[in-house]
Amino acid sequence: MSSAAATRESILEILAEVKDPELPMIDVVELGIVRDVTFDNGHLTVDITPTYSGCPAMQVIEKEIIASLAAHGFEDARIRTVYSPAWTTDWMTDAAREKLREHGIAPPHLVEVSDGGIAELVSLRRAKPTTQCPFCGSANTVEKSEFGSTACKSIHFCSACHQPFDHFKSF
Amino acid sequence: MLGHRLSEWCGHGPILEEDIALANIALDLIGQATLLLKLAGEVEGKGRSEDTLAYFREAIDYRNVQMLELPNGDYAFTIVRQFLFDVFSYHLLEELQKSANKELAGIAAKGFKEVRYHVRHSSEWVVRMGDGTEESHMRAQKALDHLWRFTGQMFEADGVDKLLFSERVGADVAAIQPKWRAVVEDVMKRATLTIPNDPPAMTGGRKGRHTEHLGHMLSEMQIVARSHPGAEW
Repeated sequence: MSSAAATRESILEILAEVKDPELPMIDVVELGIVRDVTFDNGHLTVDITPTYSGCPAMQVIEKEIIASLAAHGFEDARIRTVYSPAWTTDWMTDAAREKLREHGIAPPHLVEVSDGGIAELVSLRRAKPTTQCPFCGSANTVEKSEFGSTACKSIHFCSACHQPFDHFKSF
Repeated sequence: MLGHRLSEWCGHGPILEEDIALANIALDLIGQATLLLKLAGEVEGKGRSEDTLAYFREAIDYRNVQMLELPNGDYAFTIVRQFLFDVFSYHLLEELQKSANKELAGIAAKGFKEVRYHVRHSSEWVVRMGDGTEESHMRAQKALDHLWRFTGQMFEADGVDKLLFSERVGADVAAIQPKWRAVVEDVMKRATLTIPNDPPAMTGGRKGRHTEHLGHMLSEMQIVARSHPGAEW
């Protein structure tokens, strides 16, 4: 494809081939980290936003986006990292959520709006939404830790099917 | 600074979940520091990158509060320190989201979401240890008694802080103190821990005065970058 014929949609199709290295069933577009695609005098710029400040997957994702675009004829594509507005799991598509569930990861809930009070800072006083077991669908689950195998996941246990599982944190 | 200290727990946590939690929090903090140092290097305009600022500055050029450079101690010490800092960081990042510098505001907005998780984790453990066994209570109280003298440094504003605040770029750190104090008092009460009456006597971390521990920590943190100048990773 020549850059003259490229559209925003065609670029997004190429970017959909780039997967999150830590969640290879999800691509970067449905994850919600591609914020914009722009052309300036034929030069392509892709805006991406990091998930977590220290997410090690971001560097790999940047390299793969550049490589994927180059393979489709966009050798001089540029990546611009934008921080505002901050990424939220609410931007993840329904299709991506379903894929997480199929792979044994409970998808994120909608993000709670912070009330800024002390209560939200002290876990023991917070009522939390129920996380459904991705394997058996039971709501009879307990949170084991808010920190899991990657920055974006927490650890849970299903009391119905006795299976531990990951939950993609609402963020 | 704190990200590096927390990373020292990796593989040594008291239980697996805590080992993972501290490594995750360390990653968030190092990520936040990377973004802030990168921005600082760009603003300075002398070509210093985030790595140059982290790995090639001397102890005297670091502006961190001294509490963060202290050795980890036992788990109670690590957690009480984490809590005292997390509550400050939460309120600081909340303010910095309103910064006139859009980059800084964006970095703060991202970090703020991460720190919400950190405060919940550390506050939960402060309550669990303070209101736990005789041994855990004693250790948590000892940590609080030792750390309290350092806490005033978080709210010390120098000329740069004041200028940045007047330009609507930085935050008024002194104004954060009452909000910080309210959360700390609430959690310590639940944890049956007593806040010391002594004034927080240790000062100067933000002016480049440090404890003897910083040099030792930096020698370990910086050795790879300094032994292999120009190396990429």
